[in-house]
Amino acid sequence: MSENKQAVVEIDRSAYEFKDIETEKDFYRIEEGLDEETVLKVSAEKNDPEWMRDHRLKCLKLYNEIEMPKWGPSIEGLDMNKICSYVRHKSEMKGKWEDVPEDIKNTFERLGIPQAERESLAGVGAQYDSELVYHNVKDEVAAQGVVYTDLESAMRSEYADMIKSHFMTLIPPTDHKFAALHGAVWSGGSFVYVPKGVKVDIPLQSYFRLNAAGAGQFEHTLIIVDEGADLHFIEGCSAPKYNVANLHAGAVELFVAKNARLRYSTIENWSKNMYNLNTKRALVEENGIMEWVSGSFGSHTGYLYPMTILKGDHSKMEFTGITFAGKGQNLDTGAKVVHQGVGTTSVINSKSISKDGGIGTYRSSVVIQNSAKKAKASVSCDSLMIDSISRADTIPGMDIRTNDADVGHEAKIGRISDDAIFYLMSRGISEEDAKAMIVSGFANPVSKELPLEYAVEMNNLIKLEMSGH
Amino acid sequence: MSEQSLLQVKNLSVSIDNELPILHKINLDIKPGETHVLMGPNGAGKSTLGYSLMGNPHYCVTEGNILFEGQDITDLSSDKRAKAGMFLSFQNPYEIPGISLSSFIRNSYHAQTGAPVKLMAFQKSLKAAMQVLSMDEAYADRDLNVGFSGGEKKKAEILQLLMLNPKLAILDETDSGLDVDAVRTVSKGIEEYQKKKDGALLIITHSTKILESLHVDYTHVLVKGNLVCTGDGSLVDEINANGFERFISEAE
Repeated sequence: MSENKQAVVEIDRSAYEFKDIETEKDFYRIEEGLDEETVLKVSAEKNDPEWMRDHRLKCLKLYNEIEMPKWGPSIEGLDMNKICSYVRHKSEMKGKWEDVPEDIKNTFERLGIPQAERESLAGVGAQYDSELVYHNVKDEVAAQGVVYTDLESAMRSEYADMIKSHFMTLIPPTDHKFAALHGAVWSGGSFVYVPKGVKVDIPLQSYFRLNAAGAGQFEHTLIIVDEGADLHFIEGCSAPKYNVANLHAGAVELFVAKNARLRYSTIENWSKNMYNLNTKRALVEENGIMEWVSGSFGSHTGYLYPMTILKGDHSKMEFTGITFAGKGQNLDTGAKVVHQGVGTTSVINSKSISKDGGIGTYRSSVVIQNSAKKAKASVSCDSLMIDSISRADTIPGMDIRTNDADVGHEAKIGRISDDAIFYLMSRGISEEDAKAMIVSGFANPVSKELPLEYAVEMNNLIKLEMSGH
Repeated sequence: MSEQSLLQVKNLSVSIDNELPILHKINLDIKPGETHVLMGPNGAGKSTLGYSLMGNPHYCVTEGNILFEGQDITDLSSDKRAKAGMFLSFQNPYEIPGISLSSFIRNSYHAQTGAPVKLMAFQKSLKAAMQVLSMDEAYADRDLNVGFSGGEKKKAEILQLLMLNPKLAILDETDSGLDVDAVRTVSKGIEEYQKKKDGALLIITHSTKILESLHVDYTHVLVKGNLVCTGDGSLVDEINANGFERFISEAE
């Protein structure tokens, strides 16, 4: 099995580059910029309950008050007035693939969504711009009592109270400017509830992408895994190229109850003009397990640090991530963990690759609060630079308030070796393939954590990035 | 045995990274099926010759050329030399994390032939070759050379030799750092290669243990970057008995 993941398959690069110009006329836009009127318009369009409308207005106020972040990569190129906050395709929710409009279908066909589903993934919540257009949860999952739907309709269902009591409690709008922005204009995204004791055997999958120039995407993912339940959720993102600065400020809130386990896997492949300012957070109760697998590709500038709060005693977190920063990219990624419970454990394994002048920064924060007796934390970050003009930085932060913590940290930064390339080439492998093989091998600890089709896609992305298109 | 040369090295001079000259006007002629041995004291430039023949970009040809099957390959990249049928067994094989030994060999085979690799047949012949080398099959799934002992690394090189079946194999100190049993096993692998393919060999070594069970057609002695002597297989025995002293003093 592991060998299949090594296969370097010929890529259809066009899948990542096309755009649907003809369909532009089908889009409906709200005026650019952000004021109360815009937010109310979004709210009305979404048919928000009253509490949500009020929440949006509160967030708008915070957004206008909070300053831009002053740390991390520059986001000066991001002109908020040019970001059209809301673009919606004229398409209603569809239950069946056959009913999805042809142009959208073509887009997804090229991204391999139907195939992925045929390969027995449990459900597809495919988001086209800001709206879920296709949604289908396999019967067996629904039969187990698992709720997998778009967040908007869930707000009007019997789960309304559950959403109200969880929504933006882990990521409060006061957290940072883009969390506030998200709260004001969020649209689309998934809601998953796994009831007590239910083990979902097949991964649930959501796949969304940005497809309109100047369109921001603010999807919200809310997942609640109840006591003793088990879920693997996969999120794949890919966006075609456009010239106008694009913003992605999504939010992911994950609740892992006592004895529950959640694995959250993501491959992000944003277009090279994207500002990816995404916020992801998980709260883990007693004996719960949170596992993150994260691949960050594409985008112009990225801030991404999935955070886990190990609240319950003996709860665990494992983060495995990889970042690829190519030409013109500045990706600031890592992970955060806060140990609160007794005997909590965290493991962070991070890899970064930088090439053609790309900047990859690993930034992490491990906090062990004084309630977290006998906590264990292990951090390992490994950076690979492909050439002498690229850059890799490591900024690990640790704040330990107990005297019995077991903490380890390991960091390695290296350059790809000419001799290793020669070794592979002496066996008939071309220079480009040799480099791609070494980089894929470097990424292997991450790809082996992914389901096969995602591992193959990630290797394709690496090969695409390595070919320096 | 054909009269057509497989490898011709003509007046080859090589310097490292365009500075230090290491090899001076080397001439070699290897025909298919022949086994040549290149011996010489430490620092004579033996490995440099191996690297230069395989096209390591650190080594710069300042004069002369290399012909393989009559084609001038002096400026060809290593991968193209491999595709033409050349192979180098490394003295210190590199560790490549994340790529298994078997998938590396499969990728190499595919790169050289361009043909799709039939998985079942491939695995069968891999298993057979590993048996010849008394290699634990578990090594096939391990990351290439990562955590291999010195002996296992060399065996893995010979395994690649057997699987890739080149026309010419250059073995750079394949016997160095091996215990007696491992040398014997590696020799067995080399014999297997000679049997199977009528393959030509250039064995670079400064000891003679590895040569005991192999038939040697020619022996060359390299001292301070110059080929000072060429003889038949019996020269190996002479060196074994008297060392390189005679050649070193002659060179001075």
